[in-house]
Amino acid sequence: MAMPLESPISFTNVGRVRWWQRGIFASQTGYVLLALLVLLIVMHFASPYFFTQGNMQNVAKNFSFIAIATLGITFVIITGGIDLSVGSMMCFSAMITSMVMSGLSTPDMPGASLFVHLAADGKTVVANVPGLILVVSVLAGLVTALIVGLVNGFCIAVLGLSPFVTTLGMLSIVRGLGYVVSNGRGSFPGGPDADYFYALTSGDLFGVPAPFLYLVLLAAVMAVVLHHTAFGRHVFALGGNEKAAELTGIPVVRVKIEVYVICALAAGLQGIIVSGWLGSAPANMATSYELNVIAAAVIGGANLAGGVGGPLGAIVGCVLLEVIRNGLVLAQVNSYWQQALVGVIIILAVLVDRIRSRVT
Amino acid sequence: MATAQEGRQPLLELTGVGKEFGAIRALHDVDMQVFPGEVVGLMGDNGAGKSTLVKIIAGNFRPSHGEVRFDGNAVHFHRPIDARAVGIEVVYQDLALADNLTAAANVFLGRELKRKFGPFALLDHNAMAARALELFGELRSETRPHDLVKQMSGGQRQAVAIARTRLSNAKLVMMDEPTAAISVRQVEQVLSLIHRLKEQGVAVMLISHRMPDVFAVCDRVVVMRRGEKRADKPIRDTSPEEVTALITGAKEAA
Repeated sequence: MAMPLESPISFTNVGRVRWWQRGIFASQTGYVLLALLVLLIVMHFASPYFFTQGNMQNVAKNFSFIAIATLGITFVIITGGIDLSVGSMMCFSAMITSMVMSGLSTPDMPGASLFVHLAADGKTVVANVPGLILVVSVLAGLVTALIVGLVNGFCIAVLGLSPFVTTLGMLSIVRGLGYVVSNGRGSFPGGPDADYFYALTSGDLFGVPAPFLYLVLLAAVMAVVLHHTAFGRHVFALGGNEKAAELTGIPVVRVKIEVYVICALAAGLQGIIVSGWLGSAPANMATSYELNVIAAAVIGGANLAGGVGGPLGAIVGCVLLEVIRNGLVLAQVNSYWQQALVGVIIILAVLVDRIRSRVT
Repeated sequence: MATAQEGRQPLLELTGVGKEFGAIRALHDVDMQVFPGEVVGLMGDNGAGKSTLVKIIAGNFRPSHGEVRFDGNAVHFHRPIDARAVGIEVVYQDLALADNLTAAANVFLGRELKRKFGPFALLDHNAMAARALELFGELRSETRPHDLVKQMSGGQRQAVAIARTRLSNAKLVMMDEPTAAISVRQVEQVLSLIHRLKEQGVAVMLISHRMPDVFAVCDRVVVMRRGEKRADKPIRDTSPEEVTALITGAKEAA
């Protein structure tokens, strides 16, 4: 039904907004992307190693390790909220997943008889479909994240607590629970399905790292959800004017709970993937990653005041951070400088956006 | 009330409506009628009971006394959405628009048009833009459906907020101070928007402090003072001087 808009109105007084003043061209994401391209060219001339296949794979893998969580938190940031518990969530989900996986693979653990049994020669044998343990343990990790997201969303949307305080508390609670369940030692994915697990999390397909593939897939889904569904529109409306959203009958409470659940699930999935690459889920895993994730989202153009953001921006932010980190390593700059530089970039990105919106 | 409306059924009818907040009597024994296609000005000083009255009609408050009838039926609203369901829309002073969305998105906010793609319902951008353009055409407002509300003038924003009420085919539109914070040219636009609504048979209640606007578009003016209705006259039978006197209390009733 692509009817041409035959205008019943003449626009004598109202100018049309030019194409370069609209959409991505007028957004922070647009010029950060431009800055990234410039940086890539500079890197190419600065270091012969930068554009080698090995280094590119490395960069793609490394930024994928925070980018999925960044997609998730972008939903929250668009509504004008914040989630500080993503780092702890990554660790806790990964821990639950690997503990469930090892537990179900140990024949004398409760419930494990459904999945494995001891063969006559003392070896553990899968009693069921291969891969079932993997599916169950990943689901366990994601359900944990779902519950944490629901609690966050409930406290913020129903009880009306501030997102900052609620998720700051949750950061501590979830990290604490991680230490409690593992006794501070962390856990290791083990058992007959561990090989599948490693293949799916740190393997690659035709040279493309698996985490990168998940990222591209999820980003595409997110773009459709944000721009082509009623839910996505409500997410933006909530960040633009929460009171208006409420007055027009948008289910504000439900949308808010949903974004915190999405964020926690993304962080959980991210944690599970990272633990596959690490080969374990240590209790201090992903400590302070929430700062990297929020920084990437903000650099990519998500506005902490709400109403602006998207998957492209989230990815651009993550790539920029990783390219700078990688560049500093190749340039043999003391790695302690990285963190300081990241801070400078966050402030610069927001500053440039402020100057630009004053000019136009 | 000797008007041509005698004998017709009122769209909105308030009988003995009162509201108390604890010991404070915000509204006392108000009788009032609004007919289809009529523009009624609601005037009064701050604290005269205008907003309380509007909030009762819009379903924000329940009246402590009296009865509200709409379209011939007694109505009891618990939430604003109940009032909206029978055809009462409010255009708020701050317009309740999301600045970061387009005009069309704002018009359809909360009632988006969707198309089914298998199990998924995706937004039907074309249909929404086309309908929004139609509505802006009806209101004769130069507003593009795809423009961001952030970049719009006060008059265009009013058009977007009013187009939203047209979408639901509201029978009564209450406008809270629509001309308070906009330029002279835009005031003209808003007043002509009110004329458009009237042409389409919609009843409008205009809550305003601006005497010239009320006298330019209203058929009737209701004056509130200290929670009571002090006057309810056809606009041609009164004058700005008389209304001012009624608002300030220099004249007790008319």
